[in-house]
Amino acid sequence: MPSTELAPTLKTGALTFQDLLFRLQGFWAERGCVLQQPYDVEVGAGTMAPETFLRVLGPRPYRVGYAQPSRRPADGRYGENPNRLFKHTQFQLILKPPPENVQELYLQSLEALGIDLKKHDLKFEEDNWEWPAGGAWGVGWQVMLDGLEITQFTYFQQCGGMDLDPICAELTYGLERIAAFLQDVDSIYDIVWARDPDTGRPVTYGEVRLAEELQFSVYNFEVADIANLWEHFNRFEAEAKELLALADALLSSETATSVEKRRFPLLATYELALKCSNLFNVLDARGAISVTERVGVIGRIRALAVGVAKAYALQQTA
Amino acid sequence: MADFLLEIGLEEVPARMIAGAEAELGRRVHDLLTRERLLADGATVKTYSTPRRLALLVEGVLAGQADTQEQMTGPSWKVAFKDGAPTAAAEAFAKKAGVAVSALEKVTTPKGEYVGATVRRQGIRASELLVAELPKEVLAIYWAKNMYWRAGKPERFVRPVRWVVALLDSSVVPLEIAGIAAGQASRGHRVLHGEAPVVIDAAKNYAEILRRAHVVAEVSERRHTIRKALDAATRTIAGARWREDEPLVETVVHLTEWPTVILGNFEAEYLTLPEEVLVTVMRDHQKYFAVEDAHSKLAPHFLAVLNTETDAEGAEIIRHGNQKVLRARFKDARFFWDFDQKTPLPERVDSLKHVTFQKQLGSYHWKTGQNLQVARELAAVVNSAGMKFDEAALLKAVELAKTDLTTELVKEFTELQGMIGGLYARAQGLGERVALAIYEQYTPASMEDNIPVSVEGQLLGLADRIQTIVAMFGVGNAPTGSKDPFALRRSANAIVKILAESELPLTLDAVLQASGVGGSNKKQVDAFLRERLHFYLKDVRGFAYDVVNAVLAADTNDVRDAIARAEALTAARASADFEAISAAFKRIKNIVRQAEEKGFAVGAPQSVKLAPEAQALADAAAALAPRVAALREKRAYGEALAAIATLRPVVDAFFDKVMVLDPDETVRGSHLGLIDGVLRGFSGIADFSEIVTG
Repeated sequence: MPSTELAPTLKTGALTFQDLLFRLQGFWAERGCVLQQPYDVEVGAGTMAPETFLRVLGPRPYRVGYAQPSRRPADGRYGENPNRLFKHTQFQLILKPPPENVQELYLQSLEALGIDLKKHDLKFEEDNWEWPAGGAWGVGWQVMLDGLEITQFTYFQQCGGMDLDPICAELTYGLERIAAFLQDVDSIYDIVWARDPDTGRPVTYGEVRLAEELQFSVYNFEVADIANLWEHFNRFEAEAKELLALADALLSSETATSVEKRRFPLLATYELALKCSNLFNVLDARGAISVTERVGVIGRIRALAVGVAKAYALQQTA
Repeated sequence: MADFLLEIGLEEVPARMIAGAEAELGRRVHDLLTRERLLADGATVKTYSTPRRLALLVEGVLAGQADTQEQMTGPSWKVAFKDGAPTAAAEAFAKKAGVAVSALEKVTTPKGEYVGATVRRQGIRASELLVAELPKEVLAIYWAKNMYWRAGKPERFVRPVRWVVALLDSSVVPLEIAGIAAGQASRGHRVLHGEAPVVIDAAKNYAEILRRAHVVAEVSERRHTIRKALDAATRTIAGARWREDEPLVETVVHLTEWPTVILGNFEAEYLTLPEEVLVTVMRDHQKYFAVEDAHSKLAPHFLAVLNTETDAEGAEIIRHGNQKVLRARFKDARFFWDFDQKTPLPERVDSLKHVTFQKQLGSYHWKTGQNLQVARELAAVVNSAGMKFDEAALLKAVELAKTDLTTELVKEFTELQGMIGGLYARAQGLGERVALAIYEQYTPASMEDNIPVSVEGQLLGLADRIQTIVAMFGVGNAPTGSKDPFALRRSANAIVKILAESELPLTLDAVLQASGVGGSNKKQVDAFLRERLHFYLKDVRGFAYDVVNAVLAADTNDVRDAIARAEALTAARASADFEAISAAFKRIKNIVRQAEEKGFAVGAPQSVKLAPEAQALADAAAALAPRVAALREKRAYGEALAAIATLRPVVDAFFDKVMVLDPDETVRGSHLGLIDGVLRGFSGIADFSEIVTG
């Protein structure tokens, strides 16, 4: 029995890629979320953007949502694999503190995407998350819809090696996966990104992004200048370390004023740490990091990220 | 008498943790009610769980504790009352007892007159007790991983508590757990029932009311439903069976509140991928059951257990979605399989230099070299014992054993390492013995698992594991307490199991020797292996602890021999004669130890003329010794032990009539020599003094 049967109800009226994002943004904006734009520095996941990594620290409530293009250089496949991407898009949501009905809200967000839950199978399966380089971890689930993981749902417990209080709920929707599911296409590149409202002509994901996948695979795997990448890495790291040393002295100083403390550029320091993280990923894809070096380099990035988080927490109380 | 219902409503609890927590909740509540005298005779405790709830129903809870009366005795009457007036001592005692001074009584005892008080305690009502004590019990449940969720971090639990139902019959027990006040409102299935509260009118109606809200609260019922549904779905394909997988059944039982099953299909072309890969994708990644045909070959179908019930259209959508996911995963696996074939295993040996085994030790390339040395040593011992095996295939397998770590397929399916290597070796025509040994190098993965079937696989497994253990001990990674990050205990268990269940002519000493371990490390590893042998005999084979101690006190080197001795001893110990002999040996051991402590010399038995009973023992022992030795040599341990048991009458008579520690130094010395000789002569199978006698 070949499985060529169609599921017609899935195709009609399925959302385009951009409509999907609009719907999610609209849904969560109506529930009090700040809508942010994607962070404009390379990150491997939405979690690493400061809107998550730094905002979760400290006691101040915050709700934010943003689409975050997330770079994983080693996952690039030259645009040849229908399921894997160098850069995928996460819709990242932080609810701090989480409302008691956070799961119900999440289910409503799926219905807002046109998913009739009565005609699907939904499970919350244990999946805990951690980002060791950020000293961050949480417990939660992968949300499975008809056997497909569509969302990572995490209760953040620690960040920057510090216990969070209050904790927050982090919802990460995998937009490409959800779009492929809703549109019932077998390849990410066949996803309809947008549709001309007059002619109905579709613009596909492939038209928008395939060249980027191909060229960045070539760059990350074949071309990137290893010596140069290391030099960038070392320089970013050196500057970040210098700033962190200054921050340490300033933030623990009893004579410095709170104005002085608050103007210290920790957000810029964090960007330097993110740069290092991305450079590490490119070096890794490039095959330039031996296994023995690996742990050490991750440790260096961790020192920066955790250092910023700790200083940031102090700065908030200044 | 009432029924008590407790339901803790949770966000989805990890499937792997539910069964343990459900049982623990039942145990804790049962113990609490027993301790507090609130459980009626014949009361029953029934537990329930779904991913979103832990619950229990106790039938037979008393309304309250019975009142109690206790007699307390205080200071002497003279101290308490001076001239009939109460002193400070009387007042202090009355306060302590919680009674009025006027209620104090005079108690006359043989020691004199004292002040007494009758203290009546009113029993606490069940609901009060539950309010005070139950929340603590619930929050003390063990979870492998906990979380905070409320601001201020007042408590940790597996997932946030969202509702609590606590009822004595139809009355709410006003307890509070993690900030949630108990009520009567439960919740139903997320989708099939929705968010409307599900009111439990009476404790005893719990399961029935939940069923109407599309939740099957009883685990055994869901298990039964799922098995039946798997059967029914499979019957639609002629001759097909679903592949039994108990752990997977348990997982899906704990992932569902209202289980149903759908049958899905995949393209037959994927059946050219190895079954191991297909099953791993289905089972571990998708939690699907595999389907096999009448010849036990994998068929192009799968079964998914859903947590919902839909109409035909919904079923079609769900089937379609699951098929699509599976197809994409199979497609990936196929891609990796084809990609990996471009670099055959022998060409991957060098790239093992880039795969770290352990950072202080080196790469897998280094480890492979070490494994080869150990394997050569083991092979030499096995060869010299005349056992047939393919040595060249063994060494080839050792050389290639770890190369699959560099393949894409193993990076994707790490749980298949070893198996993938074996499958690749077969596909690449590297020889069947080689392929099989690589394939089964990690078996047994647990004590329930089988050992490798091939001698080459057994030897590869031994070499790999002992090398790991010795090397890890060498850099200070020996397991301590509950910490065993490199799973060295599991490795050592596997070594013992392979030696126990194979025909290999290898002892623990031979394995240690082959590993090349030396110095203080040797002593540590040696002790570690013997401790694992103890574990194996006691916890895996189920021998009584005293039998294990007795057998291992005699010898710990030959694993299969230790098992044979333990079996014989287990059979023999039941007889009265044998028990008497064990008791006598214990006595002998104590006497010899005492004598040693006192510095008494041990002489030759024949240095004096012995008493008749002592001489009889000497004669019997001398006559028996060669027979026992011969039986031991033949490993006829049962007969040997029976023979030793025949010593009983002479031993009994000896202890009856002879004073062992005779004041005369020479006599004493010969007695000691006699019993010490008996002890040594007959302890080669087991040290009987270890046997616990009634």
